[in-house]
Amino acid sequence: MTDADDAREEMHEDEASEAPARPDDVVAAAVLDRFDGAVYRSSLGQSVVYVAREQWRDVLEYLRDEHDFVQGLDICAVDHLVDAVRPEIAGVEFERFEIVANLLSHSQRRRIRVITQVPESDPTVPSVIDVYPGLAFAERETWDLFGIDFPGHAGLARILMPDDWEGHPLRKDDAPARVPVTFKGDPAPR
Amino acid sequence: MSTDTPSDDMLPDEPMIDSDVIAPAPVSEWEAEEQERLERQTAEPAQELTVEQELVLTGGPWPERDGETMIINMGPQHPSTHGVLRLMLELDGEEIVRAKPVIGYLHTGMEKTGEELTYVQGATNVTRMDYASPLSNELVYSTAVEQLLEIEVPERAVWIRMLMCELNRMSSHLLFQATNGMDLGAVSMMVYGWREREEVLRFLEKVTGLRMNHNYIRPGGVAVDLPPDWADDVLALCEVVEEGVREYETILNENPIWLERTVGVGTITTDECLALGITGPILRSTGYPWDLRKTMPYLAYDQVDFDVIYTENGDVFDRYRIRLYEILESIRIVRQCVKLMPLGDYRSQDRKITPPPRARIDESMEALIHHFKIFTEGFRVPAGETYAAVESPRGEIGCYLVSDGGPKPVRMHVRGPSFYNLQSLAPMVLGEMVADGVAVISSVDPIMGEVDR
Repeated sequence: MTDADDAREEMHEDEASEAPARPDDVVAAAVLDRFDGAVYRSSLGQSVVYVAREQWRDVLEYLRDEHDFVQGLDICAVDHLVDAVRPEIAGVEFERFEIVANLLSHSQRRRIRVITQVPESDPTVPSVIDVYPGLAFAERETWDLFGIDFPGHAGLARILMPDDWEGHPLRKDDAPARVPVTFKGDPAPR
Repeated sequence: MSTDTPSDDMLPDEPMIDSDVIAPAPVSEWEAEEQERLERQTAEPAQELTVEQELVLTGGPWPERDGETMIINMGPQHPSTHGVLRLMLELDGEEIVRAKPVIGYLHTGMEKTGEELTYVQGATNVTRMDYASPLSNELVYSTAVEQLLEIEVPERAVWIRMLMCELNRMSSHLLFQATNGMDLGAVSMMVYGWREREEVLRFLEKVTGLRMNHNYIRPGGVAVDLPPDWADDVLALCEVVEEGVREYETILNENPIWLERTVGVGTITTDECLALGITGPILRSTGYPWDLRKTMPYLAYDQVDFDVIYTENGDVFDRYRIRLYEILESIRIVRQCVKLMPLGDYRSQDRKITPPPRARIDESMEALIHHFKIFTEGFRVPAGETYAAVESPRGEIGCYLVSDGGPKPVRMHVRGPSFYNLQSLAPMVLGEMVADGVAVISSVDPIMGEVDR
């Protein structure tokens, strides 16, 4: 680690600690007013809103209807099982999985990112394909690779892996075709 | 043939005169029919036209088949499915009533691989996703890494990236012209498309060393500077490609067979496109001029002059036209790049990110250490998350990158435009004939490497 690296990390940490401040982003402010417990964060200049899992579908519908985010571009999951550093965000209780949606508004020419936390014990998120039908493939992919269930998605089947595949390969503790060897204190079989 | 006992009427009319001759073997029904047919055809009036035997050669309406449909699989080894796309089609006669794309045959776990590679190595991985426009993949990945590192790329690197990406857009669209022509039976187009594409690939090879999968755009800049005589090469190839595009226009734009196959086939509306998250030429073909290069400029696209091509009808013909004329727009941008290319560094001079020049390694201990660290451990990227997006030839390609402060990403997700564009197949082929289904698949221009990742 050099000074330059340290300085960069500090910069990011500062940003994280600013989180609870009132956002200067109008859309994010509206989301915060409307939904209790939502947290705004500027991640490298990009608007990110952290919402509760129960509000997930409502937030996306609200953004589409009230703020003209016409395109739901992407949904993906992140597995934070073995993160070395995970900067705290005030007001957000971290879980193992995160579901991330990237939305695009053509009229405002801007993007917004909505993130929700999903615990390992109950990996379900309400489906949003009635809001953004184009995310059907993305939800299937997330189910396939992370094993996160989307209640409300009728055709939730594996999409990239074979139908009879066991496990969800993008989970950090999924070790396909490996002989299980147990090491004490190791978070995942390697 | 058969051991059936012949019925009376099948026996010869005249009774046998010579009783000594053994009665002929029993004649089967089939043999009798054959005999009768032979006699009829060789008879005197057989060559004359008769009114009763009228044939309808155009086919006419097929008999109604109420509720009887058939499900067939098209692919994954079908030549028109661009690799390994499989389509499940429910057919009512010749008409497609339901279509379901089945993907995953090319899944190689690139996102998982991306988590195992350092940020330096990552570009080699992503470049293999959309193998027809590898530089867009590298660009979006490098942009995401640079956002996390919060570094600025030198001016010349920005322009080199823009130049190379536009050349790549040309080669990608030329490949589309070739395969689209091949799928619809215009086989000469295949040869012409590849002929011009080769000109572009030759230049890309001269600069990057590889025709495809270049690993040229890397975090911090580009791998090498342009060769000394690059401007002449680029201008020469622009001439050739422009001439080629004019030729395609002549061959196809007013070709009645081509129009018959493409106009009004596989239509889609703007609303459907927006709902399905479809971007790129398919969205623009519905009369919706959304192009990230223009609407949310990145690199130096706000400093060059070009038009966004869009059409109104949203059919196969429009998607072909958009890609054809986007080649000309790319040529415009490339020519401006040649004029405006600034001098300077082609990569960031931050020694923590870019390796030192070869000569410095021999004389400086620090340079040697930096070189060693970058290529073994890689550089550390501060913890954070970001989404970068650029306009690839197929639409918006995005990269969602999550770092935990280490030299490898926690998550590297690529939003492949083809992955989402494939969802447009189902509404587009609805009610079309099977043969038009081929035209529609071709017009989506999916690259399965990117769909399956």
